[in-house]
Amino acid sequence: MATIPSTTSPEDRLPEAATPSGLSHPGFGGNLAHDEQLDYIWTLNFGPQHPATHTTLRLVLKLDGERVVAAMPDIGYLHSGFEKIGEHLDYNQYVTVTDRMNYMSPMANNVAWHCAVEKLLGIELTPRCKYVRTIIAELARISDHLLCNGAIGLDTGAFTFFLYAFYQREVIYDIFESLCGARFTNSYTRVGGLMYDITPVVVEKIRTFCRTLPKTLSDMDRLVNRNRIFRDRLKEVGVLPKEEAIRRSATGPIARASGVTRDLRKDEPYLAYQDFDFKTCCMTTGDCLARYLVRQAEIRESLKIVTQAIENLPSGPVNVSMGERTTMPSKKMVYSSIEGTISHFELAMSNRGFDTPHEEVYSAIESPNGELGFYIAGDGTDVAYRARCRPPSFIHMSLFPYMIEGHTLSDIVAVLGSINIIAAELDR
Amino acid sequence: MATQATLDALQQEFPSISASEFRGQSRVVVPREQAYAAMEWLRDERRFDLLIDVTCVDYLNYRDATDRFGLVYLLANSESNERITVRVFVNEPDPEVDSVVPLWEGANYVEREVYDMFGIVFRGHPDLRRILMPQEFEAFPLRKDYPLQGRGERHNFPVITRASS
Repeated sequence: MATIPSTTSPEDRLPEAATPSGLSHPGFGGNLAHDEQLDYIWTLNFGPQHPATHTTLRLVLKLDGERVVAAMPDIGYLHSGFEKIGEHLDYNQYVTVTDRMNYMSPMANNVAWHCAVEKLLGIELTPRCKYVRTIIAELARISDHLLCNGAIGLDTGAFTFFLYAFYQREVIYDIFESLCGARFTNSYTRVGGLMYDITPVVVEKIRTFCRTLPKTLSDMDRLVNRNRIFRDRLKEVGVLPKEEAIRRSATGPIARASGVTRDLRKDEPYLAYQDFDFKTCCMTTGDCLARYLVRQAEIRESLKIVTQAIENLPSGPVNVSMGERTTMPSKKMVYSSIEGTISHFELAMSNRGFDTPHEEVYSAIESPNGELGFYIAGDGTDVAYRARCRPPSFIHMSLFPYMIEGHTLSDIVAVLGSINIIAAELDR
Repeated sequence: MATQATLDALQQEFPSISASEFRGQSRVVVPREQAYAAMEWLRDERRFDLLIDVTCVDYLNYRDATDRFGLVYLLANSESNERITVRVFVNEPDPEVDSVVPLWEGANYVEREVYDMFGIVFRGHPDLRRILMPQEFEAFPLRKDYPLQGRGERHNFPVITRASS
């Protein structure tokens, strides 16, 4: 039985051809281990829990001095089993698991999952529900981008910048807390609607947030945008040309920083996005600085969407009608009417629930990181036969070895920060 | 949603392909031998330059299912946002298909993941190793005959003590 090797000593590590860390990487032909000419190449294990990797992620690096010759991400560290659990929990229960896939913007995952389920069932949501879901998805985007940009600042030495960003993220946590009772793992959506309707208190909090965030954003811009250290550490680092971005399946801000104009909110409008006026933010240089600036611009556009949505919030019910027997009735109905009690009982019982088509469907949303899609195979019961998540971070991780090659060790934090890796999303 | 022109041209080129539609999604079922050629044709002639995802469904207990594994290739055109789903069915003794990594580099990690989770072998993949599970792992966790709680593999792994590390 092979044992997992410890760290760094190249004499110990290199002669072994196939270790769990996978030294036979295509990047250097798999024969590096036996080539005595290349004995000066060092192996460095970066992570699993290194402050700069943000989460549990191990990078096996081949170093020539301080220069990275090759990087091999060792993912799958958490063994969370999300997709296997999806085959055993029903469509309403699984939303709590989608929260754990991306803890930086769980609301976006909630929306993505239930949009896919509703597409499978063929449910048309109420206008108010569409608006509220749009608002929470955009707030999730703002909070994700704030943390990601703040962490880039933190990794490159701008600590105050991180605090500015994180303070505003706290405000979004407060909004989510008054909305659904949870700050971090929200689980707010339900099949055919939402857990609770949005309240006037939350509307007021969101309005205040929309008024106060632009000042922080301009403060953040003034803090680093012309800062020599910040620019030099990000500019022309981890360049991803447009053709490579498409060939390697990049989506979201990473692709848009390379000049791909694809944005699902514009190109395949879902929820209420066709009602709002906003721009797709693109750059062409494709380096870390471009990705930072695209995210910063996207926060402003998201804020525009949230402002428009909160001012034009339609009235009416937030769930589809109870006659369809798919959405959970409100607590008030459960306790005061017999129809509500029966409906709740039927939906909550295992092996009862609602019927799904014997079909398969894929539905994607533009999550903060890129295209987040769910591929669901329904088998007639209210438990998915197969619940596949197409996580953006997993696809983006394959970009990392390409982007980092030839850069120095200290550039790793900038590149890793700018592609916004979430370890929970790297796992199945 | 793929345009009718794409589907017609595809069927002209590969007559053994069957197409269907559900909730605005175009899906084509391609025989395993023609899968690579059909996808190369889609990329070159119809500019499906973006591979969204490769995944697999294990149809072990699925009603009306005739094949064990169904591979799902989600393709998109990054300019016109046309989408198409390509299905390829493979069966138990030799679950093998041609790798599409020569067409889209983005397929590298997702094909490794399908190999890791379902045991589908992608011929011609540059680096077909397990990606999420340890190299010593022998089962395929997302197959339907693998239990939810695992099968005790965890106890078979070597324990690294402080002295041996």
